[in-house]
Amino acid sequence: MPSSYIPIFIFLAVAILFPIVLIVVAKLVRPSAPFLTKLEAYECGIKAASNSRGRYTVRFYIIAILFVIFDVETIFLFPWAVRYKQLGWFGVSEVGVFLVFLVIGYLWAYKKGALEWI
Amino acid sequence: MNFFILSLIKAGIVAFVLMTTLAYLQWIERKVIAHIQLRVGPRRVGPHGLLQPLADVIKLLTKEDMIPSHVHTLFYLLAPFLAVMFALISIAVIPFGGKVNILGVETYMQLTDLNFGVLFILAMSGVGVYGVALAGWSSNNKYSLLGGLRSSAQMISYELPMALAIACPLLMVNSLSLREIVDAQGGFFLGVIPRWAVFQGPWPQLLGFLVFLIAAFAETNRVPFDLPEAENELVAGFHTEYSSMKFASFFMAEYANMVTVSCMATLLFLGGWQPLFPAEYGSKFIPTLLFAFSGAIAIYHGLNPARKWDNITLPAAGVAFLGVALIFLIPIVAEILLPLFWFAAKVGVILFLFIWIRGTLPRFRYDQLMRFAWTILFPVAMVNLLITAFLVAVTTK
Repeated sequence: MPSSYIPIFIFLAVAILFPIVLIVVAKLVRPSAPFLTKLEAYECGIKAASNSRGRYTVRFYIIAILFVIFDVETIFLFPWAVRYKQLGWFGVSEVGVFLVFLVIGYLWAYKKGALEWI
Repeated sequence: MNFFILSLIKAGIVAFVLMTTLAYLQWIERKVIAHIQLRVGPRRVGPHGLLQPLADVIKLLTKEDMIPSHVHTLFYLLAPFLAVMFALISIAVIPFGGKVNILGVETYMQLTDLNFGVLFILAMSGVGVYGVALAGWSSNNKYSLLGGLRSSAQMISYELPMALAIACPLLMVNSLSLREIVDAQGGFFLGVIPRWAVFQGPWPQLLGFLVFLIAAFAETNRVPFDLPEAENELVAGFHTEYSSMKFASFFMAEYANMVTVSCMATLLFLGGWQPLFPAEYGSKFIPTLLFAFSGAIAIYHGLNPARKWDNITLPAAGVAFLGVALIFLIPIVAEILLPLFWFAAKVGVILFLFIWIRGTLPRFRYDQLMRFAWTILFPVAMVNLLITAFLVAVTTK
């Protein structure tokens, strides 16, 4: 039923216009007096030592990869949950097998220390 | 009436109510936190500081808006815009009440009922991470980068237990439409216990609700999980380099996310606009009693003023409350307002919980936060889902 999507687009227009209007209005009324020191990176008063786009800890990548795996799994669970009562015991066993594999993967990641932050 | 015009009117009303709520949520938060800490909070601008949100908007609009020289300009400008846009759009699928008949026009108290409403909200909260991550990266500031990284890692980690907790009510209801989920929670066990998901058999979702609530605190970056903006380590986290209205956009996005997540908790676990106990026992008089009681308290304190002007402002508020109490006694109006009252009351309780916890708990450490998500919350949510699935399968014919 495409007609139920129309209000979404109306509200999307509201949600897009609202920040634009606010930022444009702010541009009209606010003062502007930039100078060199003011525009520097904030680093508690001292001069920024280096560009901040350097390396950072690999933990964030591991978390991101784990997230992709487990989020796909939760997305699989949603259609299953919606058709659950029609699927009956077939649905229970199928997802049971699926989750067993997933839990093995989770335990392996846990044992490897991927979930430990330090 | 034309569907398009009706949608426009509803969109206008929803947007107006949402903006007012966001503005006054800030005021309520400051007042509640102040009273928790034995202060009085804002009370200079208008009676009891009620015009404070307006003053804040004027202040933020007229502040100088700098774009630091070292930022990636496109993403720097895009980030607050994305954050606030994705935070606002979710409210479009939230139902506030059932079917109503206003001046002969039959409509639902909801902008639109998508048959994948739950997924839509999850998706929007998922892409909401982009605002924060881009803000942190594009600012080219070490504090911002750390705040943005922390925030995105935290939001994606807590999205998993949240999704698993959401799947439990779906198993019982078998629908993704928020309106159908609420309708399935109507009625009462034994004539008194509401059939909300937190009470509904075969496996009452108390654990699921708790997991959802904890994940919701982390998703919205609220205390005790406000690591992305931990003041004492990261200055202000991902919005360190933002000023003026762009800074305000992030705040608005945070409050809009809070409102959405509270609405979700209400709809999925607390039965939406279904009353706490049956109408036979007088649940329709609850709003009248509540507002009359508040009015009486306000008038009493107005007659014994503690501070200057209290003898004028408090009786005025009291009379207004009594007026609202009387409005709930008109049958035609009450029919429309009662679902809204129950919905707003439940959302309000959860929002109050957000503020109360902010006033009570200290902040987690980052490793504790991540370990909690992956080694405690995720397994608990998984076990809860399996128990729910098993018991639903056993009890279904």
